[in-house]
Amino acid sequence: MDKKFNITVRNCDLYYSEFHALKNINIEIEEHEVTAMIGPSGCGKSTFIKSLNRMNDLIEDCRISGEIKIGDQNIYDKNTDINLLRKNVGMVFQKPNPFPMSVYDNVAFAPRTFGTKKKNELDKIVERSLKQAGLWGEVRDRLYTNAMGLSGGQQQRLCIARALAADPQILLMDEPTSALDPISTGKIEDLMSMLKADYTIVIVTHNMQQATRISDKTAFFLLGEIIEYNKTDELFANPQDKRTENYITGRFG
Amino acid sequence: MSIRVRYEKELNGIFDNLVLMCRHIEVAIEKCVRALSEQDYNLAKEVFEEDKVIDKMERDIEQACLKILMMEHPVASDFREVSAVLKMITDLERIGDQARDIAEITIQLDDEEYINKLVHIPQMAVIVIQMVKDGVQAYINHDIELARSLDRTDDKVDELFNIIMNDLIGLIKKNPENAEQAVMFMMINKYLERIGDHAVNIGELVEYAITGNHPKN
Repeated sequence: MDKKFNITVRNCDLYYSEFHALKNINIEIEEHEVTAMIGPSGCGKSTFIKSLNRMNDLIEDCRISGEIKIGDQNIYDKNTDINLLRKNVGMVFQKPNPFPMSVYDNVAFAPRTFGTKKKNELDKIVERSLKQAGLWGEVRDRLYTNAMGLSGGQQQRLCIARALAADPQILLMDEPTSALDPISTGKIEDLMSMLKADYTIVIVTHNMQQATRISDKTAFFLLGEIIEYNKTDELFANPQDKRTENYITGRFG
Repeated sequence: MSIRVRYEKELNGIFDNLVLMCRHIEVAIEKCVRALSEQDYNLAKEVFEEDKVIDKMERDIEQACLKILMMEHPVASDFREVSAVLKMITDLERIGDQARDIAEITIQLDDEEYINKLVHIPQMAVIVIQMVKDGVQAYINHDIELARSLDRTDDKVDELFNIIMNDLIGLIKKNPENAEQAVMFMMINKYLERIGDHAVNIGELVEYAITGNHPKN
C-alpha cells in the first residue's frame, strides 16, 4: 500500500516562552491538494507551517504540545529522524535564498547530502528538478554560473527545484511570491497547480486572489487560532464566521 | 480615505442608482396602467421615454458593478452584493420593457371602446408596483423577511391573472368579436404577471446576497 502524506494536527499548542502562539490547532490537510493559510501578520500561520517540519525546534524557549502526524507518523515522537523529516517536508521561503554557489550545486545540494555521489545520477536529479520547477529551459546553458546572478523569479523557482531535488512528499511555501512580479508569480502558481499531483502543498499567502486561484482549501488564522477552515470557494463566497468575513473583505481593524 | 471607505462609497453610489432605477420603474408601471385605463395616448408615449431612461440606468449600474469587480476583487458578502445587483438590474430592465409593451398596446387600442370595465388590471398593477419596491427595499435594508414575502404576494398576482383570464374567455364565448381586444388584454395580463415573477426573482437574489444560499423552491 502506498504511504499516505496527509497531515493531521490534533490539539496542538505552541508557546514561544510565555507567548501562546498557536492555540488548540486541529486540522486535517489532504494530500495532493494545495492548502492556503491566510490571516493577518502575527496570527501564527508561519509558526504553524514551520511546526510541520520542526523548524521551530531551532528557536529557544519554543514548546509544543499535541500531535502532528504525517500519514501515521507523529513527527514529534522522540525517535523521529529530523533530517529525514526535513527532507520529506521541503520548505520555500518568502525571499528567494539560493546558496552562493552554482545553479547545479544548489539543486544537487540535498541529494549529495543524502548520499548520492555519482555524477550521472546527480545530473538526472538536477535536470528533473529544474524541469519540474519550470526553470530548465532558462538555465540549461548556465548550470555552472552562480545562482545569485538569476532574476528574483528564477531564484525562487531554483529554490523550489532545490526543495524538489530532496524528493520530498510535502512542500511548505511561506509567501513564495510576495517578492515577485506578476509574471514570475504566475509561473510559480502554475507550478503549484502541477506539483500538487505529486505533492501535498501548504502555502502561506497574504494575497487573497492567490489563495482563491490556487488553493483547494483555505484556513483562516487569527491570534493563534484557526477560525475557519473550508473549501476555498466556499470560504471566499460565503464565510461562516463573521471574523473571516471581516478579514477577507478588508473590514478588519 | 481608506480603501474600505472608498469601496463602501462606490457601493453606496450603486445603491442610490438602484433605488432611482426602481423609482423610474414604479412610475413606468403606474403610467402605463393609468394610460390604459384612461386611454391617454400622450401618457402612454411618456412610458417610452421612461423606458429609455431605465435602459440607460441599467447600463450605468452594470458598468459600475463591473468596475468594482475589476478594481476591488470583492469577496464574501461584498461579492454577493455586487453580483446580486448585476442580476437584479436585468430583471428591472425587463420590467421596464413590459411597461413599454403595455403602453404600446394602449396606443394600438387607440380610442376603441373597451369590451369590459378595467377593474382587476389596475389592482394587479398596484400589487406588482409594491412588489418591485419591496424587492429593492429588501436589498437596501438587508431585510430577508420582506424578500421572502414576495413569493407569497405573487400568489395574489397569479390569482388575479386567473380571474382576468377567465373573464376574457367568458367575453370571447359571449361574443367572438370581443376576441381581438381580449387577446390584447390577455397580453397585458401576462405582462403584469411576468412583472410579479421578476420581483420574485429579485427577492431570491436578495436572499442569496444576505445568506449566501439560494432559496429552496
